[in-house]
Amino acid sequence: MSSESEEPLASDASESNELGIIGHLETRRKFIKQVAGTSAVLAIGPHLVGSASLDQVTPTATPEGTSDLLKVNLKINGKSHALDVDPRVTLLDALRERLQLTGSKKGCDHGQCGACTVLVNARRINSCLTLAVMHEGDEITTIEGLANGDELHPMQAAFIEHDGFQCGYCTPGQICSAVALLHEGHANSDDEIREWMSGNICRCGAYPNILAAIKEAETKGRA
Amino acid sequence: MNPFTYVRAEDANQAVTAVSGKPQSKFLGGGTNLIDLMKMGVETPNGLIDINRLPLAQIEELPNKGVRIGAMARNSDVAEHQLIKTRYPVLSQALLSGASPQLRNMATVGGNLMQRTRCYYFYDPAFPACNKRKPGSGCGALDGYNRIHAVLGQGEQCIATHPSDMCVALAALDAVVHVRGPNGERQIAFGDFHRLPGNTPERDTNLGPDELIIAVDLPAIPFAVRSHYLKVRDRASYAFALVSVAAALDLGSNNEINAARVALGGVAHKPWRANVAEKKLIGQEANENTFRVAAEAELAAAKGYKYNSFKIELAKRAIVRALSNVAAMG
Repeated sequence: MSSESEEPLASDASESNELGIIGHLETRRKFIKQVAGTSAVLAIGPHLVGSASLDQVTPTATPEGTSDLLKVNLKINGKSHALDVDPRVTLLDALRERLQLTGSKKGCDHGQCGACTVLVNARRINSCLTLAVMHEGDEITTIEGLANGDELHPMQAAFIEHDGFQCGYCTPGQICSAVALLHEGHANSDDEIREWMSGNICRCGAYPNILAAIKEAETKGRA
Repeated sequence: MNPFTYVRAEDANQAVTAVSGKPQSKFLGGGTNLIDLMKMGVETPNGLIDINRLPLAQIEELPNKGVRIGAMARNSDVAEHQLIKTRYPVLSQALLSGASPQLRNMATVGGNLMQRTRCYYFYDPAFPACNKRKPGSGCGALDGYNRIHAVLGQGEQCIATHPSDMCVALAALDAVVHVRGPNGERQIAFGDFHRLPGNTPERDTNLGPDELIIAVDLPAIPFAVRSHYLKVRDRASYAFALVSVAAALDLGSNNEINAARVALGGVAHKPWRANVAEKKLIGQEANENTFRVAAEAELAAAKGYKYNSFKIELAKRAIVRALSNVAAMG
Protein backbone atom coordinates (compact mmCIF):
# COMPACT_ATOMS: atom_id res chain seq x y z
CA MET A 1 0.00 0.00 0.00
CA SER A 2 2.79 2.35 0.78
CA SER A 3 5.08 2.44 -2.24
CA GLU A 4 4.39 4.85 -5.06
CA SER A 5 4.82 2.21 -7.75
CA GLU A 6 1.98 0.01 -6.71
CA GLU A 7 1.73 -3.73 -6.92
CA PRO A 8 -1.79 -4.93 -7.67
CA LEU A 9 -3.64 -4.37 -4.46
CA ALA A 10 -4.57 -7.07 -2.03
CA SER A 11 -2.77 -9.91 -3.69
CA ASP A 12 -2.22 -12.69 -1.20
CA ALA A 13 1.46 -11.83 -0.92
CA SER A 14 1.04 -8.12 -0.25
CA GLU A 15 -1.79 -8.69 2.15
CA SER A 16 0.21 -11.13 4.22
CA ASN A 17 3.09 -8.65 4.19
CA GLU A 18 0.77 -6.02 5.55
CA LEU A 19 -0.40 -8.33 8.26
CA GLY A 20 3.04 -9.74 9.04
CA ILE A 21 4.92 -6.55 9.85
CA ILE A 22 4.84 -6.82 13.58
CA GLY A 23 8.49 -7.84 13.71
CA HIS A 24 9.54 -4.79 11.71
CA LEU A 25 7.88 -1.98 13.59
CA GLU A 26 9.91 1.19 13.32
CA THR A 27 7.69 4.06 14.26
CA ARG A 28 4.29 4.72 15.67
CA ARG A 29 3.31 6.47 12.43
CA LYS A 30 4.37 3.48 10.35
CA PHE A 31 2.48 1.10 12.61
CA ILE A 32 -0.67 3.17 12.46
CA LYS A 33 -0.34 3.48 8.70
CA GLN A 34 0.12 -0.23 8.22
CA VAL A 35 -2.88 -1.11 10.32
CA ALA A 36 -4.98 1.55 8.59
CA GLY A 37 -3.69 0.49 5.19
CA THR A 38 -4.62 -3.11 5.79
CA SER A 39 -8.13 -2.11 6.73
CA ALA A 40 -8.36 -0.01 3.59
CA VAL A 41 -7.34 -2.94 1.42
CA LEU A 42 -9.96 -5.13 2.98
CA ALA A 43 -12.63 -2.48 2.69
CA ILE A 44 -11.92 -1.43 -0.87
CA GLY A 45 -11.55 -4.81 -2.48
CA PRO A 46 -9.43 -5.74 -5.45
CA HIS A 47 -11.36 -4.37 -8.42
CA LEU A 48 -8.93 -2.92 -10.93
CA VAL A 49 -10.13 -1.22 -14.06
CA GLY A 50 -8.52 0.98 -16.68
CA SER A 51 -8.48 4.75 -16.90
CA ALA A 52 -11.79 6.48 -16.41
CA SER A 53 -12.79 7.69 -19.81
CA LEU A 54 -16.43 7.79 -20.76
CA ASP A 55 -15.85 5.21 -23.45
CA GLN A 56 -14.41 2.63 -21.13
CA VAL A 57 -16.36 2.97 -17.95
CA THR A 58 -20.08 2.53 -17.95
CA PRO A 59 -21.59 3.65 -14.68
CA THR A 60 -23.37 0.68 -13.21
CA ALA A 61 -24.59 -0.15 -9.78
CA THR A 62 -21.55 -1.14 -7.78
CA PRO A 63 -21.77 -3.62 -4.95
CA GLU A 64 -22.31 -1.96 -1.62
CA GLY A 65 -19.08 -0.94 0.07
CA THR A 66 -16.87 -1.17 -2.98
CA SER A 67 -15.80 1.06 -5.84
CA ASP A 68 -13.73 0.18 -8.87
CA LEU A 69 -10.12 1.30 -8.60
CA LEU A 70 -8.94 3.82 -11.15
CA LYS A 71 -5.48 4.56 -12.44
CA VAL A 72 -4.23 8.09 -11.90
CA ASN A 73 -0.86 9.69 -12.45
CA LEU A 74 -0.15 12.38 -9.88
CA LYS A 75 2.73 14.78 -10.49
CA ILE A 76 3.81 15.95 -7.08
CA ASN A 77 6.81 18.15 -6.37
CA GLY A 78 8.11 17.40 -9.86
CA LYS A 79 7.88 13.63 -9.55
CA SER A 80 5.26 11.37 -11.16
CA HIS A 81 3.41 8.79 -9.09
CA ALA A 82 1.23 6.15 -10.72
CA LEU A 83 -1.52 5.03 -8.35
CA ASP A 84 -4.56 2.81 -8.41
CA VAL A 85 -7.10 4.59 -6.27
CA ASP A 86 -10.66 4.23 -5.15
CA PRO A 87 -12.41 7.31 -6.58
CA ARG A 88 -13.48 8.22 -3.06
CA VAL A 89 -9.88 8.93 -2.03
CA THR A 90 -9.28 12.64 -1.59
CA LEU A 91 -6.08 14.24 -2.79
CA LEU A 92 -5.15 14.78 0.86
CA ASP A 93 -5.55 11.09 1.71
CA ALA A 94 -3.60 10.06 -1.40
CA LEU A 95 -0.73 12.33 -0.34
CA ARG A 96 -0.70 11.20 3.28
CA GLU A 97 -1.75 7.57 3.18
CA ARG A 98 -0.41 6.42 -0.18
CA LEU A 99 2.64 8.60 -0.83
CA GLN A 100 3.86 9.27 2.72
CA LEU A 101 3.75 13.01 2.08
CA THR A 102 2.44 13.66 5.57
CA GLY A 103 3.36 17.34 5.65
CA SER A 104 -0.12 18.27 4.42
CA LYS A 105 -2.32 17.91 7.48
CA LYS A 106 -5.86 16.71 8.02
CA GLY A 107 -7.49 19.19 10.36
CA CYS A 108 -11.23 19.43 9.86
CA ASP A 109 -11.46 17.40 6.61
CA HIS A 110 -14.29 19.72 5.53
CA GLY A 111 -12.54 22.68 3.91
CA GLN A 112 -12.88 24.89 6.95
CA CYS A 113 -9.39 25.00 8.52
CA GLY A 114 -6.83 25.14 5.69
CA ALA A 115 -4.36 22.67 7.25
CA CYS A 116 -4.51 20.60 4.03
CA THR A 117 -3.66 23.52 1.70
CA VAL A 118 -1.49 22.56 -1.28
CA LEU A 119 -0.71 24.26 -4.58
CA VAL A 120 -2.24 22.81 -7.74
CA ASN A 121 -0.98 24.42 -10.94
CA ALA A 122 0.42 27.17 -8.67
CA ARG A 123 -2.98 27.91 -7.05
CA ARG A 124 -3.79 27.13 -3.45
CA ILE A 125 -6.64 24.72 -2.79
CA ASN A 126 -7.99 22.56 0.05
CA SER A 127 -6.76 19.06 -0.76
CA CYS A 128 -9.43 17.53 1.53
CA LEU A 129 -12.29 18.63 -0.74
CA THR A 130 -10.95 17.33 -4.02
CA LEU A 131 -10.61 13.77 -5.28
CA ALA A 132 -7.23 12.36 -6.27
CA VAL A 133 -8.64 11.10 -9.59
CA MET A 134 -9.52 14.68 -10.57
CA HIS A 135 -5.82 15.63 -10.72
CA GLU A 136 -4.41 13.60 -13.58
CA GLY A 137 -1.65 15.68 -15.15
CA ASP A 138 -1.86 18.58 -12.66
CA GLU A 139 1.32 20.06 -11.14
CA ILE A 140 0.92 19.58 -7.40
CA THR A 141 3.25 21.21 -4.87
CA THR A 142 3.13 20.28 -1.20
CA ILE A 143 5.08 21.64 1.75
CA GLU A 144 7.69 18.96 1.03
CA GLY A 145 8.34 20.50 -2.38
CA LEU A 146 9.01 24.10 -1.36
CA ALA A 147 12.62 23.86 -0.15
CA ASN A 148 15.49 23.70 -2.60
CA GLY A 149 17.44 20.76 -1.19
CA ASP A 150 18.67 21.85 2.23
CA GLU A 151 17.88 25.47 1.51
CA LEU A 152 14.53 26.46 3.00
CA HIS A 153 11.99 28.36 0.95
CA PRO A 154 12.10 32.03 2.05
CA MET A 155 8.60 31.66 3.53
CA GLN A 156 9.69 28.64 5.59
CA ALA A 157 12.73 30.59 6.83
CA ALA A 158 10.55 33.58 7.70
CA PHE A 159 8.11 31.41 9.71
CA ILE A 160 11.05 30.09 11.75
CA GLU A 161 12.57 33.54 12.16
CA HIS A 162 9.30 34.99 13.47
CA ASP A 163 7.99 31.98 15.44
CA GLY A 164 5.00 31.76 13.11
CA PHE A 165 3.66 28.71 14.94
CA GLN A 166 3.32 27.05 18.29
CA CYS A 167 2.17 23.44 17.92
CA GLY A 168 2.96 23.51 14.20
CA TYR A 169 -0.01 21.49 12.99
CA CYS A 170 -1.47 24.22 10.80
CA THR A 171 1.97 25.44 9.64
CA PRO A 172 2.38 23.50 6.36
CA GLY A 173 -1.01 24.80 5.22
CA GLN A 174 -0.22 28.31 6.44
CA ILE A 175 3.08 28.34 4.53
CA CYS A 176 1.60 26.97 1.30
CA SER A 177 -1.20 29.51 1.56
CA ALA A 178 1.26 32.34 2.26
CA VAL A 179 3.42 31.39 -0.73
CA ALA A 180 0.33 31.59 -2.95
CA LEU A 181 -0.74 34.87 -1.34
CA LEU A 182 2.54 36.54 -2.34
CA HIS A 183 2.21 35.12 -5.85
CA GLU A 184 -1.34 36.55 -6.06
CA GLY A 185 -0.12 39.98 -4.95
CA HIS A 186 -2.29 40.22 -1.84
CA ALA A 187 0.36 41.36 0.66
CA ASN A 188 -0.12 45.10 0.31
CA SER A 189 -1.23 45.81 3.88
CA ASP A 190 -1.64 44.04 7.21
CA ASP A 191 -5.42 43.97 6.74
CA GLU A 192 -5.13 42.58 3.25
CA ILE A 193 -2.79 39.81 4.41
CA ARG A 194 -5.16 38.93 7.28
CA GLU A 195 -8.16 38.78 4.94
CA TRP A 196 -6.35 36.64 2.35
CA MET A 197 -5.03 34.27 5.04
CA SER A 198 -8.51 33.84 6.55
CA GLY A 199 -8.81 30.33 5.12
CA ASN A 200 -6.05 29.09 7.43
CA ILE A 201 -7.02 28.71 11.05
CA CYS A 202 -4.39 28.56 13.84
CA ARG A 203 -5.75 27.21 17.10
CA CYS A 204 -2.64 28.34 18.98
CA GLY A 205 -3.28 31.89 17.84
CA ALA A 206 0.09 32.55 16.23
CA TYR A 207 -1.52 35.06 13.87
CA PRO A 208 0.65 38.12 14.75
CA ASN A 209 3.81 36.11 14.08
CA ILE A 210 2.40 34.57 10.91
CA LEU A 211 1.63 38.09 9.70
CA ALA A 212 5.17 39.22 10.55
CA ALA A 213 6.66 36.24 8.70
CA ILE A 214 4.64 36.92 5.56
CA LYS A 215 5.59 40.60 5.62
CA GLU A 216 9.26 39.72 5.90
CA ALA A 217 9.08 37.18 3.07
CA GLU A 218 7.29 39.77 0.96
CA THR A 219 9.92 42.44 1.69
CA LYS A 220 12.82 40.09 1.03
CA GLY A 221 11.19 38.91 -2.17
CA ARG A 222 11.07 42.49 -3.43
CA ALA A 223 14.65 43.30 -2.34
CA MET B 1 -18.73 8.17 1.61
CA ASN B 2 -20.85 5.78 -0.46
CA PRO B 3 -19.23 4.07 -3.47
CA PHE B 4 -19.68 5.64 -6.88
CA THR B 5 -18.42 5.35 -10.41
CA TYR B 6 -16.27 8.19 -11.72
CA VAL B 7 -15.99 9.34 -15.30
CA ARG B 8 -14.37 12.42 -16.79
CA ALA B 9 -16.21 14.32 -19.52
CA GLU B 10 -14.25 16.21 -22.17
CA ASP B 11 -17.08 18.36 -23.53
CA ALA B 12 -20.57 19.48 -22.56
CA ASN B 13 -22.46 17.08 -24.82
CA GLN B 14 -20.51 14.14 -23.46
CA ALA B 15 -21.33 15.27 -19.93
CA VAL B 16 -25.05 15.62 -20.65
CA THR B 17 -25.14 12.22 -22.34
CA ALA B 18 -23.35 10.65 -19.39
CA VAL B 19 -25.90 11.96 -16.86
CA SER B 20 -28.97 11.46 -19.02
CA GLY B 21 -31.40 8.92 -17.61
CA LYS B 22 -29.30 8.42 -14.48
CA PRO B 23 -31.00 10.44 -11.76
CA GLN B 24 -28.56 9.12 -9.15
CA SER B 25 -25.56 10.62 -11.02
CA LYS B 26 -24.23 14.11 -10.44
CA PHE B 27 -21.84 16.52 -12.12
CA LEU B 28 -18.63 17.16 -10.17
CA GLY B 29 -17.23 20.69 -10.48
CA GLY B 30 -14.99 22.24 -7.86
CA GLY B 31 -16.33 19.76 -5.32
CA THR B 32 -16.26 22.21 -2.42
CA ASN B 33 -19.87 21.57 -1.49
CA LEU B 34 -20.68 18.21 -3.10
CA ILE B 35 -17.69 16.29 -1.72
CA ASP B 36 -18.31 17.78 1.71
CA LEU B 37 -21.96 16.68 1.57
CA MET B 38 -20.90 13.21 0.42
CA LYS B 39 -18.56 12.95 3.41
CA MET B 40 -21.51 13.88 5.61
CA GLY B 41 -23.73 11.27 3.95
CA VAL B 42 -26.21 13.92 2.84
CA GLU B 43 -25.47 13.47 -0.86
CA THR B 44 -25.14 9.85 -1.99
CA PRO B 45 -24.74 9.81 -5.79
CA ASN B 46 -23.83 6.47 -7.33
CA GLY B 47 -22.01 8.15 -10.22
CA LEU B 48 -19.95 11.34 -10.59
CA ILE B 49 -19.27 12.97 -13.94
CA ASP B 50 -16.19 15.17 -13.60
CA ILE B 51 -16.77 18.32 -15.65
CA ASN B 52 -13.57 20.12 -14.65
CA ARG B 53 -12.02 19.65 -18.10
CA LEU B 54 -14.94 21.16 -20.01
CA PRO B 55 -13.84 24.20 -22.03
CA LEU B 56 -16.33 26.49 -20.28
CA ALA B 57 -14.15 28.80 -18.19
CA GLN B 58 -14.08 31.87 -20.42
CA ILE B 59 -15.22 35.33 -19.35
CA GLU B 60 -15.97 37.45 -22.41
CA GLU B 61 -17.79 40.56 -23.53
CA LEU B 62 -21.00 40.03 -25.51
CA PRO B 63 -21.94 42.08 -28.61
CA ASN B 64 -24.64 43.84 -26.53
CA LYS B 65 -21.91 44.98 -24.06
CA GLY B 66 -23.00 42.44 -21.50
CA VAL B 67 -20.60 39.78 -20.21
CA ARG B 68 -20.77 35.99 -20.50
CA ILE B 69 -19.22 33.96 -17.69
CA GLY B 70 -18.53 30.31 -18.46
CA ALA B 71 -19.98 27.88 -15.94
CA MET B 72 -16.56 26.45 -15.12
CA ALA B 73 -14.94 29.83 -14.39
CA ARG B 74 -13.55 29.68 -10.87
CA ASN B 75 -14.93 32.13 -8.31
CA SER B 76 -11.47 33.68 -7.85
CA ASP B 77 -11.01 34.29 -11.58
CA VAL B 78 -14.44 35.92 -11.93
CA ALA B 79 -13.81 38.17 -8.92
CA GLU B 80 -10.44 39.35 -10.28
CA HIS B 81 -11.49 39.79 -13.92
CA GLN B 82 -11.20 43.37 -15.19
CA LEU B 83 -14.62 43.32 -16.92
CA ILE B 84 -16.29 42.22 -13.69
CA LYS B 85 -14.34 44.54 -11.38
CA THR B 86 -15.02 47.61 -13.49
CA ARG B 87 -18.58 47.03 -14.77
CA TYR B 88 -20.09 44.90 -12.01
CA PRO B 89 -18.19 45.68 -8.78
CA VAL B 90 -21.10 44.25 -6.76
CA LEU B 91 -20.38 40.81 -8.22
CA SER B 92 -16.66 41.00 -7.58
CA GLN B 93 -17.26 42.13 -3.99
CA ALA B 94 -19.83 39.41 -3.38
CA LEU B 95 -17.45 36.72 -4.59
CA LEU B 96 -14.55 38.01 -2.52
CA SER B 97 -16.73 38.14 0.59
CA GLY B 98 -17.49 34.43 0.30
CA ALA B 99 -15.52 31.40 1.53
CA SER B 100 -11.70 31.51 1.55
CA PRO B 101 -9.05 32.05 -1.17
CA GLN B 102 -8.52 28.28 -1.39
CA LEU B 103 -12.21 27.52 -1.82
CA ARG B 104 -12.66 30.34 -4.34
CA ASN B 105 -9.84 28.84 -6.41
CA MET B 106 -11.80 25.57 -6.56
CA ALA B 107 -15.45 26.63 -6.67
CA THR B 108 -17.06 27.22 -10.06
CA VAL B 109 -19.83 29.61 -11.09
CA GLY B 110 -22.13 26.72 -12.01
CA GLY B 111 -21.42 24.99 -8.72
CA ASN B 112 -22.06 28.17 -6.79
CA LEU B 113 -25.58 28.27 -8.29
CA MET B 114 -26.09 24.68 -7.14
CA GLN B 115 -24.87 25.17 -3.55
CA ARG B 116 -27.09 23.61 -0.95
CA THR B 117 -28.22 25.23 2.27
CA ARG B 118 -26.04 25.31 5.36
CA CYS B 119 -29.04 24.67 7.63
CA TYR B 120 -27.66 22.47 10.43
CA TYR B 121 -30.66 20.18 10.29
CA PHE B 122 -30.07 19.53 6.58
CA TYR B 123 -26.31 19.15 6.83
CA ASP B 124 -26.21 16.52 9.55
CA PRO B 125 -28.14 13.26 8.98
CA ALA B 126 -28.01 12.67 12.75
CA PHE B 127 -31.00 15.02 12.85
CA PRO B 128 -33.98 12.89 11.84
CA ALA B 129 -36.22 15.69 10.59
CA CYS B 130 -35.45 17.61 7.43
CA ASN B 131 -37.95 17.90 4.59
CA LYS B 132 -35.20 19.02 2.24
CA ARG B 133 -32.98 16.01 2.92
CA LYS B 134 -35.78 13.52 3.54
CA PRO B 135 -39.16 14.71 2.21
CA GLY B 136 -41.97 14.22 4.70
CA SER B 137 -39.71 13.93 7.74
CA GLY B 138 -40.52 17.38 9.11
CA CYS B 139 -38.46 20.50 9.75
CA GLY B 140 -36.02 20.43 12.64
CA ALA B 141 -35.34 24.14 12.40
CA LEU B 142 -38.93 25.31 12.81
CA ASP B 143 -38.90 24.75 16.56
CA GLY B 144 -35.16 24.24 16.84
CA TYR B 145 -32.15 26.53 16.81
CA ASN B 146 -33.12 28.72 13.87
CA ARG B 147 -30.79 31.70 14.18
CA ILE B 148 -29.48 31.48 10.60
CA HIS B 149 -32.84 30.78 9.00
CA ALA B 150 -35.24 32.52 6.65
CA VAL B 151 -37.59 35.43 7.39
CA LEU B 152 -39.00 35.90 3.86
CA GLY B 153 -40.77 33.51 1.47
CA GLN B 154 -40.50 30.52 3.79
CA GLY B 155 -43.16 27.93 4.55
CA GLU B 156 -43.91 25.51 7.32
CA GLN B 157 -42.06 22.78 5.41
CA CYS B 158 -38.67 24.50 5.30
CA ILE B 159 -37.08 27.69 6.63
CA ALA B 160 -33.60 27.14 5.19
CA THR B 161 -31.67 29.95 3.50
CA HIS B 162 -29.63 29.93 0.31
CA PRO B 163 -25.95 30.31 1.29
CA SER B 164 -24.45 32.01 -1.77
CA ASP B 165 -23.10 35.55 -1.92
CA MET B 166 -22.44 35.45 -5.66
CA CYS B 167 -26.07 34.58 -6.40
CA VAL B 168 -27.33 37.64 -4.51
CA ALA B 169 -25.33 39.86 -6.86
CA LEU B 170 -26.51 37.86 -9.89
CA ALA B 171 -30.13 38.31 -8.76
CA ALA B 172 -29.64 42.07 -8.55
CA LEU B 173 -28.00 42.12 -11.99
CA ASP B 174 -30.82 40.19 -13.76
CA ALA B 175 -28.41 37.50 -14.90
CA VAL B 176 -29.53 34.79 -17.33
CA VAL B 177 -28.52 31.15 -16.84
CA HIS B 178 -27.78 29.09 -19.97
CA VAL B 179 -28.33 25.36 -19.56
CA ARG B 180 -27.96 22.40 -21.89
CA GLY B 181 -29.96 19.20 -21.76
CA PRO B 182 -30.49 16.18 -24.02
CA ASN B 183 -32.86 18.26 -26.17
CA GLY B 184 -30.64 21.30 -26.56
CA GLU B 185 -30.14 24.58 -24.74
CA ARG B 186 -32.52 26.88 -22.91
CA GLN B 187 -32.21 30.07 -20.90
CA ILE B 188 -33.50 30.63 -17.38
CA ALA B 189 -33.98 34.12 -15.95
CA PHE B 190 -32.05 34.29 -12.70
CA GLY B 191 -35.16 34.98 -10.63
CA ASP B 192 -36.67 31.73 -11.94
CA PHE B 193 -33.60 29.59 -11.36
CA HIS B 194 -33.88 29.06 -7.60
CA ARG B 195 -37.15 28.06 -5.92
CA LEU B 196 -39.04 28.92 -2.78
CA PRO B 197 -39.61 25.85 -0.60
CA GLY B 198 -43.39 25.51 -0.93
CA ASN B 199 -44.34 21.84 -0.69
CA THR B 200 -41.18 20.64 -2.43
CA PRO B 201 -38.27 21.92 -0.32
CA GLU B 202 -36.12 19.06 -1.63
CA ARG B 203 -35.91 20.97 -4.92
CA ASP B 204 -33.58 23.95 -4.70
CA THR B 205 -33.69 24.93 -8.37
CA ASN B 206 -35.65 24.54 -11.59
CA LEU B 207 -32.70 22.90 -13.33
CA GLY B 208 -33.68 19.53 -14.82
CA PRO B 209 -31.93 16.41 -13.52
CA ASP B 210 -30.09 15.96 -16.84
CA GLU B 211 -29.36 19.61 -17.54
CA LEU B 212 -25.89 21.16 -17.30
CA ILE B 213 -25.24 24.84 -16.59
CA ILE B 214 -23.18 26.20 -19.50
CA ALA B 215 -22.83 29.91 -18.78
CA VAL B 216 -24.24 32.91 -16.93
CA ASP B 217 -24.88 36.09 -18.92
CA LEU B 218 -24.83 39.53 -17.35
CA PRO B 219 -26.84 42.12 -19.28
CA ALA B 220 -25.31 45.51 -19.96
CA ILE B 221 -26.23 47.71 -16.97
CA PRO B 222 -24.25 50.95 -17.25
CA PHE B 223 -25.22 52.15 -13.75
CA ALA B 224 -23.93 48.91 -12.20
CA VAL B 225 -20.51 50.59 -12.06
CA ARG B 226 -22.12 52.26 -9.04
CA SER B 227 -22.90 49.10 -7.07
CA HIS B 228 -21.96 47.55 -3.78
CA TYR B 229 -22.22 44.30 -1.78
CA LEU B 230 -22.67 44.58 1.98
CA LYS B 231 -22.31 41.41 4.03
CA VAL B 232 -23.16 41.14 7.73
CA ARG B 233 -21.80 38.07 9.51
CA ASP B 234 -20.60 36.76 12.85
CA ARG B 235 -16.88 37.05 11.98
CA ALA B 236 -14.96 39.67 10.01
CA SER B 237 -14.15 37.08 7.35
CA TYR B 238 -14.82 33.52 6.22
CA ALA B 239 -18.39 33.16 7.47
CA PHE B 240 -21.79 32.84 5.83
CA ALA B 241 -24.00 35.91 5.71
CA LEU B 242 -26.58 36.54 8.39
CA VAL B 243 -27.88 39.21 6.05
CA SER B 244 -26.36 40.60 2.88
CA VAL B 245 -27.39 43.24 0.36
CA ALA B 246 -26.45 43.71 -3.29
CA ALA B 247 -27.34 47.23 -4.38
CA ALA B 248 -26.99 49.49 -7.41
CA LEU B 249 -28.47 52.92 -8.12
CA ASP B 250 -28.97 54.99 -11.26
CA LEU B 251 -29.06 58.57 -10.00
CA GLY B 252 -30.12 61.64 -11.99
CA SER B 253 -28.36 64.99 -11.75
CA ASN B 254 -30.87 66.15 -9.11
CA ASN B 255 -30.10 63.06 -6.99
CA GLU B 256 -33.34 61.45 -8.10
CA ILE B 257 -33.39 57.66 -8.37
CA ASN B 258 -33.99 56.64 -12.00
CA ALA B 259 -33.45 52.95 -11.39
CA ALA B 260 -32.49 50.74 -8.48
CA ARG B 261 -31.39 47.17 -7.94
CA VAL B 262 -31.61 45.58 -4.53
CA ALA B 263 -31.27 41.90 -3.62
CA LEU B 264 -30.90 40.24 -0.21
CA GLY B 265 -28.96 37.20 0.97
CA GLY B 266 -29.33 35.19 4.16
CA VAL B 267 -33.05 35.86 4.46
CA ALA B 268 -34.76 33.38 2.15
CA HIS B 269 -34.68 29.98 0.46
CA LYS B 270 -33.44 31.74 -2.68
CA PRO B 271 -31.50 34.93 -3.42
CA TRP B 272 -34.19 37.51 -2.65
CA ARG B 273 -34.77 40.21 -5.23
CA ALA B 274 -36.25 43.18 -3.35
CA ASN B 275 -38.87 44.17 -5.93
CA VAL B 276 -41.03 46.00 -3.39
CA ALA B 277 -38.14 48.14 -2.21
CA GLU B 278 -37.06 48.92 -5.75
CA LYS B 279 -40.54 50.23 -6.65
CA LYS B 280 -40.52 52.48 -3.59
CA LEU B 281 -37.15 53.93 -4.58
CA ILE B 282 -37.94 54.90 -8.18
CA GLY B 283 -38.50 58.63 -8.65
CA GLN B 284 -37.55 59.47 -5.06
CA GLU B 285 -34.62 61.52 -3.85
CA ALA B 286 -31.71 59.35 -2.78
CA ASN B 287 -31.47 59.88 0.95
CA GLU B 288 -31.61 57.86 4.14
CA ASN B 289 -35.30 58.45 4.66
CA THR B 290 -36.14 57.15 1.19
CA PHE B 291 -33.98 54.10 1.78
CA ARG B 292 -35.63 53.41 5.14
CA VAL B 293 -39.14 53.61 3.66
CA ALA B 294 -38.14 51.17 0.93
CA ALA B 295 -36.56 48.79 3.46
CA GLU B 296 -39.65 48.88 5.68
CA ALA B 297 -41.84 48.04 2.70
CA GLU B 298 -39.67 45.11 1.63
CA LEU B 299 -39.61 43.55 5.09
CA ALA B 300 -43.30 44.23 5.85
CA ALA B 301 -44.19 40.59 5.12
CA ALA B 302 -41.21 39.17 7.02
CA LYS B 303 -41.78 36.57 9.72
CA GLY B 304 -39.24 35.70 12.37
CA TYR B 305 -38.83 32.64 14.58
CA LYS B 306 -37.48 32.15 18.09
CA TYR B 307 -33.83 32.91 17.32
CA ASN B 308 -33.79 34.82 14.03
CA SER B 309 -36.22 37.72 14.47
CA PHE B 310 -33.22 40.03 14.74
CA LYS B 311 -32.71 39.51 11.01
CA ILE B 312 -35.76 41.61 10.14
CA GLU B 313 -34.42 44.85 11.60
CA LEU B 314 -30.88 43.87 10.56
CA ALA B 315 -32.01 43.47 6.95
CA LYS B 316 -33.69 46.89 6.98
CA ARG B 317 -30.58 48.58 8.34
CA ALA B 318 -28.37 46.70 5.91
CA ILE B 319 -30.49 47.89 2.98
CA VAL B 320 -30.20 51.48 4.18
CA ARG B 321 -26.45 51.15 4.71
CA ALA B 322 -25.82 49.52 1.31
CA LEU B 323 -27.89 52.08 -0.58
CA SER B 324 -26.24 54.93 1.34
CA ASN B 325 -22.83 53.56 0.39
CA VAL B 326 -23.84 53.40 -3.26
CA ALA B 327 -25.31 56.92 -3.23
CA ALA B 328 -22.08 58.23 -1.69
CA MET B 329 -20.03 56.87 -4.58
CA GLY B 330 -20.79 60.07 -6.46
